[in-house]
Amino acid sequence: MYQDKSYFSGLFCGIKSICIGLKTTMREFFTPKITEQYPENRKELKMFDRFRGSLTMPHNEKNEHKCVACGICQMQCPNDSINVVSEMVEVDGKKKKQLVRYEYNLGSCMFCMLCVNACPHDAITFDQSFENAVFDRSKLIKQLNKPGSKVAEKPMPARPAVAKPAAKDAEASVAQAAPDQAKAEKPQPATDEATEAKAEN
Amino acid sequence: MFDFSVISQWLHNLLLSIVPEWAAILIESVLVALVIITLYAVFAIVLIYMERKICGFFQCRLGPNRVGKWGLLQVFADVFKMLQKEIIKMRQTDRFLHDLAPFFVVTASMLTFACLPWNKGAHMIDFNIGIFFILAVSSVGVVGILLAGWGSNSKYPLIGAMRSGAQIISYELSIGLTMLTMICLTGTMQISEIVEQQAAEGWNIFRGHVPALIAFVIYLIAGNAECNRGPFDLPEAESELTAGYHTEYSGMHFGYFYLAEYLNLFIAAGIASTIFLGGWAPLHIAGLDGFNGVMDAIPGIVWFLGKTFFVVFLFMWERWTLPRLRIDNILSLEWKYLMPISMANLVLMALVVAFKLYL
Repeated sequence: MYQDKSYFSGLFCGIKSICIGLKTTMREFFTPKITEQYPENRKELKMFDRFRGSLTMPHNEKNEHKCVACGICQMQCPNDSINVVSEMVEVDGKKKKQLVRYEYNLGSCMFCMLCVNACPHDAITFDQSFENAVFDRSKLIKQLNKPGSKVAEKPMPARPAVAKPAAKDAEASVAQAAPDQAKAEKPQPATDEATEAKAEN
Repeated sequence: MFDFSVISQWLHNLLLSIVPEWAAILIESVLVALVIITLYAVFAIVLIYMERKICGFFQCRLGPNRVGKWGLLQVFADVFKMLQKEIIKMRQTDRFLHDLAPFFVVTASMLTFACLPWNKGAHMIDFNIGIFFILAVSSVGVVGILLAGWGSNSKYPLIGAMRSGAQIISYELSIGLTMLTMICLTGTMQISEIVEQQAAEGWNIFRGHVPALIAFVIYLIAGNAECNRGPFDLPEAESELTAGYHTEYSGMHFGYFYLAEYLNLFIAAGIASTIFLGGWAPLHIAGLDGFNGVMDAIPGIVWFLGKTFFVVFLFMWERWTLPRLRIDNILSLEWKYLMPISMANLVLMALVVAFKLYL
């Protein structure tokens, strides 16, 4: 046993730290308890914001969602829980991908949130619902886009780097965040990428 | 103050009028034994419930609350579960010692339990060396623990039992010295007299002021160690030794260890309330006659139980605050700190008594 304090200072330090501990537990004794009594408080139970209940696709009041059926979430999903079924339609002479069915298998989802993080349009998110018990596994396969819904007309630019005017801000922030040596070379390729992305669109 | 000996005397005379004296005493002994066993079970249930609730509250939880209102029936359910369980007979154990061990533990704690002063005139065992008797019979429990460890023929129980032996024998010294300190103040070892004296002259913890307070704190620490609880639960140490000395026990044999653990807690608290806080003696403040009258109206049993459960709460507070110590820390705490302090405290108390500095 190592000795870093003299006998008496060690003794009094010990007494002091025990008193601090006793004070802490006594305070804890009187604090409101954090236990949630689930089935009884089902009405007023509110899960915390970052809780990953199940994947949802928010729709606005006009029954429009933001999904452009790019399929990035499907590619990101490690468990193949997401299946994006899309079709090509011709709008104003341009071919465009359109979402038909967004299938989500709750049973194989591991709530890693990679899909939500990858989504360029913030079309999907996790909600707070957690009562997922069903009698049949097939009921766990959910269609997230509501029937008759369509993609919102002017989707908000999710990544400011894509839009031209916002590109400079994005560059500035990137340059600030990047280490100093990267600063000199960074702007040139970044603008190129931005313009290329614009051209592709 | 109500004197319980009126009832016991009445019962004794009633029995004498029916049967000869030897039979009367036999019947009374059986009655007392039944009362002890009943109280033992009742207090074990109360304490287990209290422990679980208080533990929960200290950890910001609610504790048991599903079985019955506020979980009141939880412990009954556990007790019935334990009664129904099979007592497993293992090969290659010392069957006789293995089965004997829980009874040693339970008998030791029942004998100590019988020494508590419940009310004025309500003592079950009361004679002139009562404190010595308590110290002696409470030490019998360690024999049971060692037997349990040895008889199980398994490494974890043996390690647990050895730790328990080292720990209990060490902390027995502190307990003995703090009790000596208080006997120095009271001048008697008879439990009923200790309490009578405190009823007349004020509680020992106030009479003995500084040395009594130091002795009380040391008793709180050593008492937890004696019960194998709290930061001193090395003999069980569920994270290292599965369950320590009672790993190989099942059913009611395990239940006896469990009961004895909680009753030892109650007994340690009861002895603390007897020698420090005045047992059944009500709180008196000199000069306030109206207040004293009100305090006298509260029955002695309520005072005793109130003080005892207060000390039990202190024990639990200590237990759920501190993490488990290592075996060398436990022994150095006792031999390097508590024992020298309680020896110095004994000298201090002797000086206080010699110069009549007590209140």
